[in-house]
Formats: sequence, structure tokens, C-alpha cells
Amino acid sequence: MADKVLMKGNEAIAEAALHAGCRHYFGYPITPQTEIAAYMAKRMPKIGGTFLQAESEIAAINMVYGVASAGYRVMTSSSSPGISLKGEGLSYLAGSDLPALVVNVQRGGPGLGGIQPSQSDYFQATRGAGHGDFHMIVLAPASVQEMAELTVKGFELADTYRMTSMILADGTMGQMMEPVSLEDLEVKPAPEKPWATNGTKLARPHNIVNSLSLVPDELEQLNFARYERYRAVEENEAMYEEYMMEDAEICIAAFGIAARVSKNAINEARRRGIKVGMIRPITLWPFPKAVFRRAADQVKSMISVELSMGQMIEDVRLATECRVPVTLCNRVGGMIPSPEQVLEAIENAAKNGGAN
Amino acid sequence: MIGNKRITLLCGHYGSGKTNIAVNLAMQLQKTHSNVTIADLDIVNPYFRTKDSMGELEDAGIRLICSEYANTNVDIPALPQELYAITDDRTRKVILDIGGDDRGALALGRIVPALMEENDYEMLMVINCYRPLTRDADSTLEVMREIKAACRIPFTGVINNSNLGCETTAADVLRSAEYANSVAALSGLPLVMTTVDASLYPLLKDTVPDLFPLELQKKI
Repeated sequence: MADKVLMKGNEAIAEAALHAGCRHYFGYPITPQTEIAAYMAKRMPKIGGTFLQAESEIAAINMVYGVASAGYRVMTSSSSPGISLKGEGLSYLAGSDLPALVVNVQRGGPGLGGIQPSQSDYFQATRGAGHGDFHMIVLAPASVQEMAELTVKGFELADTYRMTSMILADGTMGQMMEPVSLEDLEVKPAPEKPWATNGTKLARPHNIVNSLSLVPDELEQLNFARYERYRAVEENEAMYEEYMMEDAEICIAAFGIAARVSKNAINEARRRGIKVGMIRPITLWPFPKAVFRRAADQVKSMISVELSMGQMIEDVRLATECRVPVTLCNRVGGMIPSPEQVLEAIENAAKNGGAN
Repeated sequence: MIGNKRITLLCGHYGSGKTNIAVNLAMQLQKTHSNVTIADLDIVNPYFRTKDSMGELEDAGIRLICSEYANTNVDIPALPQELYAITDDRTRKVILDIGGDDRGALALGRIVPALMEENDYEMLMVINCYRPLTRDADSTLEVMREIKAACRIPFTGVINNSNLGCETTAADVLRSAEYANSVAALSGLPLVMTTVDASLYPLLKDTVPDLFPLELQKKI
């Protein structure tokens, strides 16, 4: 029928995953991402795929480990407390260099927290999803269309670098409905996976997928090799959007829903004659350091707009080497900053000559 | 026109627009009736609820029956304590907003015997051909069958709410007529109304029969 469909962010992730060739989903319900599981439950049986509601988040992530070992595209999804439960599995996936897609539709925390949107799992996603030295590729969509596009991208990057990709969304992005076009989504075929444990057919030695390595110098070499790959990701895969930055004297840093709110505030500030722009990181890891470093030579100050107590602000300060003051504009606990609040922060920055 | 019967039930796929239509219908009914109640029996989605419009409803003098836990962080499938007022107090005009899909319709089963006995209800299916799992008549009928099996009450009509959110054009609405008519024909039910955003109403009121304008209820 129509070109476009009206989808919830959660549904767009699920449909895009099917589009990308994912035929294995394991999960456990939690608000505000349950529509992903509900969608998979309806669609997977009709296309010969596997939907399984596991007994827990921990079981689900270990099922992901199993399917990833066999070389298939596989995913799980949850929301903040559920992602914490998956932490051990995320570390094991990294330790075994397995590609997988994990979705976190964040809600307010810590603890059981609430069910309303939040961005307070930034540190967890970009720094410490589990024990050991490792990274995940972290993708932060800011529209339902991007939820779909970054899901496909997430599978491709995971396969290319043998890493876990995480979609870091929030309750608003998961629940909101927007028109989406999936027909033009290009999907590159999955690469050969010669390491997969998918049967030797008596034609090759056994493959072993394992994260246990008891010989210290061998384990050290594994870590060195993994970080070589991470360096390649940092060099090649950082993604961002610049908005009205050409002549900006104030720069907003914001991702996901915070970036959408900020755009409204920027438009109003521009009408009032304030030269303000925005850098919206699309990859949170790798963080788009170069564009922030460049902006630090152009603008007088930066404002990090976040649904957290100030987490991404640390990456902004690191990337800009503290060359300009960076202030925080935030709401937490399930609350969302209003355009008026962001506008006020912009006006305060402008009053101080852009230097706060 | 809707509201001829004492109770109007709205069912449909989740995200089909039931809650928004329910609030708009209640506002419309209030103009001609003095005792309008809107009841939110959604046990599935804690995010978008009739309670979002509580202020407007109360200002209009419409009673809201809704789980105490709607729009709180108590994320449990709870029914409102005033549930039986819907069937026991026959002086009320009631709009019933049922949760999405067959899972949501389960909650309705509890009052179905009383509804059947009184036999003064309309049971309407809200459809949108721009939603991913109801893009054609066949898939929509499948959802209808699932809902009917869960709540054990037959449908009496169809509401065409086909839209693409803020990008909806008059052409999108016109294009959905064929789909809506075939859902109606295949299910043997009348197409009782087509709903559009109020901004599109002047463009379409002369071409689309039984057109009803909707004001979008906003969460924030």
C-alpha cells in the first residue's frame, strides 16, 4: 500500500532487525521496550525465525551468545535494569569477540527506578557495561526513522568488527510514533564468518568460541589485538550531525530526545539573534571527538543537554580538552528538559558573552 | 452516528488511535448528553493513557474511570476499581477505551456478560492501514479475530483512522478508503466513520462520508 508506515520507535527497531536478516530474538519484557518483543513474537514465527521469551534477561543474553557463536545475526532488547542484568553476558560476548545487537530503551534509575525516559545509562553503555577492558559500538537515534537505520547499521558494524552494537534509545524514542520508510533501507550482506561454530563438515579443524584464557601473556595479546580493532572503529566509524554550526558562538551537545528538544530551543534562540548551533553525536562510542575539538576553536562555550546528572558532558570536556567552559542543562528521573529550559540556558550563556 | 447506544467500545491494534478517538468522542457526546463517562480499560500500555487528558475531561464535566496506577510508575496491569459502574449505572453514556490487541481485550471479558444482557452497546474496531501489522484487509481481519476470541463479544462496526501522524495528507486519507471498505465488506460490518485530524477536515468533509474531526491529545 503506502510507501511509509506509522511506527513506534520500538516497532521500527524490530522490523529493521528483520530487514537486516536477524532471525533470532531472545528477550524478557520490560517497559518501555516491550513492543520490540511483542512485535518479534508476532512476526518471527511467520518468517521461519525464532522468538523466545527467556526466563530472565541473563538467560536471554546467553542465548544471544549461543546464536552469535554459530555465526547468525541475533539480538536482544531490554531497558535499564534489564541491561544491568545482561552485563555479565555483554562482557562474555566481548571476551569471545562475538557480533550481536543489544537494544537499551532507557528508563529512569538507578535501581528499579521508574518507567519514564532517561539517558542515565550513558556511562554504562560507553564505559562499563561489564567487567574487563572492552567497548561496545553505541548508537543513539533521534527519530523513529533513525531507530530503523541504526539498527541495520548496528548489525553491519557488529559483523565487521566482531563487536556488540548497542542501540541506546530512551522511553520517548521507543514509544513515539512517526512515519517511517523501510523500503529504501539498504542492507549489506553479512560477511563470511570463518570462526563460527557451525559444523566442520569434516572439512576444517574445530572452531572454538570462548572467553576463558588462563595464560596471562596470551590473554594480554588478545586484549592488545582487540584494542587494535577498537582503534580502527574510532578512526572510521564516528558519526554525528551538525546543526547551524557554521557561525555558532555557543554549541549545544545533545543526543537522542535531548537533541530534538534542543533543536526547538536553537530555532527560537536564532530568532532572537543568538548564534547557537548543535553537535549531535550519533555514535556515543566511538565519541565524535574531532568535530568537538574543532568546535572548541570556534565557539565561546558549550552546553551539554542530557537526561542524566551529567554523563556525556565528561566526553565533551575530554574531546575539547577543556578549552571552553561546558555547562550542564538537564532533567532526570523520567523528566525531559523543555525547549524553554534549554533556551534559558542558551540565553544565560549568551549574556555572559557566550563564556558563561 | 456513534452514541446511539448507551455504551461505545473501542478496540483495535495497539497504536491504532483508540485513546485519542475515545477522548474526542466523549467531548462530542458531552455536547448532547449530561452524563458522559469515559473508561480506560488499557492493561497493556502504561505510557499513553486517557488520564493524559484528565484536566480537559474534567473541565468538560466528563467522568473518567481509569486505573489508579495509570501514568504512575506502578507498571502493573490493573483494572479501575469503579469498573462495575460502567454496567451497573445505566443512566450513563459510556465510551470504553480497550487496550491494544487481544491481550488488551482480555480485560473486557469480565464485563461482557453484563454488556450482552443489557444489549445496548456498539463494539467498534479502529483500523489504520499505515500501521505495520494492519497494512491490508487480511491482516486487519486477523487482528479482529484475535480480539473477538479474547473478549468474546462481536464487533458491530469499523472506524477508519488511517493516518501517518503529522505527515498525513488528504490524499493519504482518500487512499485508505478502499482498504477500509474492504475490511468492512469482508467482515460484514458497516464503516461507521472515518476520522481525520481537524486540520484536514475542511478539505475532506464533502468527499468522505461520515467524517469526524479529531483534536490530537498531547502527552507533553
